[in-house]
Order: sequence, then structure tokens, then C-alpha cells
Amino acid sequence: MRTDDLVAALSANIEPVNGRPVGRTVYIALAAATVVALGIMLVGLGVRADLMTARALIFLLLKLAFTVGIVGVASVYLTRLARPGGERRTSSISAAMPFAAIVLLAAISLGLAPSSHWNKMVMGDEWLECLLSIPIIAIVPFAVIIAAVRRAAPTNLVRTGAVAGLIAGGVSAMAYALHCTDDSLPFVAVWYGGTIVLCTLAGAALGPRLLRW
Amino acid sequence: MMTHEVELKALMLASRDGDAASHRALLNQLSSRLRAYYKGKLARVGRSAEEAEDLVQEAVLAIHFKRHTYDPAEPLTPWVHAIARYKLIDFLRRNRASFADVPIEEADEIMAYDDNVDAESTYDVKRLMERLPKNMRCSIEAVKLDGLSIVEAAERCGISESGVKVNIHRGLKALAALIAKETRT
Repeated sequence: MRTDDLVAALSANIEPVNGRPVGRTVYIALAAATVVALGIMLVGLGVRADLMTARALIFLLLKLAFTVGIVGVASVYLTRLARPGGERRTSSISAAMPFAAIVLLAAISLGLAPSSHWNKMVMGDEWLECLLSIPIIAIVPFAVIIAAVRRAAPTNLVRTGAVAGLIAGGVSAMAYALHCTDDSLPFVAVWYGGTIVLCTLAGAALGPRLLRW
Repeated sequence: MMTHEVELKALMLASRDGDAASHRALLNQLSSRLRAYYKGKLARVGRSAEEAEDLVQEAVLAIHFKRHTYDPAEPLTPWVHAIARYKLIDFLRRNRASFADVPIEEADEIMAYDDNVDAESTYDVKRLMERLPKNMRCSIEAVKLDGLSIVEAAERCGISESGVKVNIHRGLKALAALIAKETRT
């Protein structure tokens, strides 16, 4: 086939570009992913019974601040990464900021507590449930976000996959926070932070396969 | 360099508004620059001019189908360059060549040279077309290859005018997918 013929064929009867801007597609997917994660949490686990007590609310807000911070930064990155060449305009440092903040707070909280409490503070009551729930809840939100990015044209598939995984993990942890009754900063840092990092690594590994165009 | 950017961006903006002549001019100009770019890169890893032409066409298809990802607030050159480089690395990875040899070049290198030598790619589009469903094939042949209007094409294929448009749109996507699959095997 001659390239001239291809160009001629592509140019006949073209229509104006009326597809949604890439950014809006990503944000719609983010909203859908959040709804899906909340739905799975409500059906599968249920909201914690003591939600209305002051201590529970404070820790819920803290967990939400951590996860919403992650999702917020990562979503802005994803709208850039979804366009060709967008990877030039992202750096991983601000995406790591929420993690640095929670680790710092966890360290302070451990430092203030007697060492005999450390084991309980880090492991909590339900570390296994947390370790399994966040990645499992993240699966469908991850698929939703990947489907949205596939409509665009990312040129760094590893980094785009990683950020998609980061958002999915963050959205999932956000929903799980409504169920989780382990209220300690070290627990949030290790089990929330750790599982979200796992989701990010899984996204980086799957990105090149899922996003190729 | 600046004139290229300004001129090409103006064509891109017009093409986004649905101006077919601008779209054609844009793809023509970009394809000659892509040809120079890919020939240079592939010659360095011992690949043929036909393969360079395959890449030119893949990049042209990508620019066409992904043009909604171009942000008019940004310059056009880095966007085209990112697509060209992505398709090059994808090709080299697919063909197990070393892509460590591909230097990270200045974004405007792609606009630096023209190559208008006409070359044929290895894709046999007629053969690939045969694999498309009947209405898609008929619509594409009528409008894109024989130059009929939408009304005439609808008459020839025995479907509605909007049917012709939908079939062309879907058919070209399917064709691009077939070409991509062809290069992967």
C-alpha cells in the first residue's frame, strides 16, 4: 500500500473531532471507579458499626485524607500520561508525598507510645483482611481506569499502568476505610500504604500488556 | 523550525474542525517527515526502507485515530514526536532489535528533514479489506478509494447514508487493527 493512498483514504469525509477531551474521560472513569469500590465495600463488608463515635470519625478522616491525597495527585498525573509525550510533565516525587507524610506520622506515633504497644499498633486486629480487601476491591476500579486510558494514547506504558494501579489502590483503600476498625497510624501506614504500593507495582507490570496501541 | 510548527499546528487545528483538505495536507507533510525520521533510525539498525514505510503508515494511522488526544493549548511538534518515537520503540521491541541504540533526541529532530521518495509498505490493503464485513468494505471502497459521495455510496451499497458513515468509521478502525495485528506476527 502506498502512503499517499492511505493519507487520501483517511482524509476523505473526515468528521470534526468531537470526542471527549482526555481529561474529562479520566475523571468520569475516576468517579465510576469510586462508586464501584464503595458498592463492593458496602455489599461485601459493610460500614463499621461505631462510625458515629468521635474516635472512629477522626481516624476515618485521617484515612480519607491519606487516600484522597493519593488519588488526587495520581489523577492529575494520569490525565497528562494519557496523552502522547505526557510523561515529560510528571515526576514521581509529589505522588510519593502522601506516603512520606503517613510514614512520618506513624513514626511519631510509635515514638510517643511505649514499645510494648508497638506490635498491636502495627498489626491491629484485621491486618489480613486489610491486606486482602484493598487489592481485591481495586480490581474492577483498575479495569475501569484502564478502559478509559485505552481511549487515549499513553506513550510510557509502565508509568501509566503504575499510576492507574495507584489510583485503583487509593480508591479501594478509600472505600475500605469506611469498614476498617483498626485505628492507629502505623497500621494505616503499613497496611494501607503497603497494599496501595502493591497495586501500583501490579499496574506497572500489567501496563505494557493492557495499554499497547 | 518555528514555521513548521506554526504551519502544521494551523493545519491540525483546521483538521480538528473537520476540514478534509487541511487534514490531508497535514498527514502528507507529516508522512514525509516521518519517512526521513524512520529511514534514518532503521538504517542504523540495519532495517529496510519498506519497514520504514510500514512505520510511517502506522504513525500516520495513529496520528489520525488519536488526534483527539492532541491538546490545542500545546505545541504540535512534541505530540507528533512522542507518537513517532512510541511507534519506533514498539516496532523495535516487536522485532527484538536493540532499542538501547535509539538515542533520546531533541523533540524537533522529527521536523528537521523531509523525504518525499514514494515507497510502498508491505501491507496489502486489498487483501486485508477482504476480511472486513461486506458493508464496511463496500462503504470504504466507494467513498475512500473510488471517491464517491456519501449519497452515491449509500445507493451502491444499499444502506442508509448514516450507515455508510458508521461503516467507514468502524471499517477504518478495523483495518488499522488488522494492520497492527499483521505487524505483530
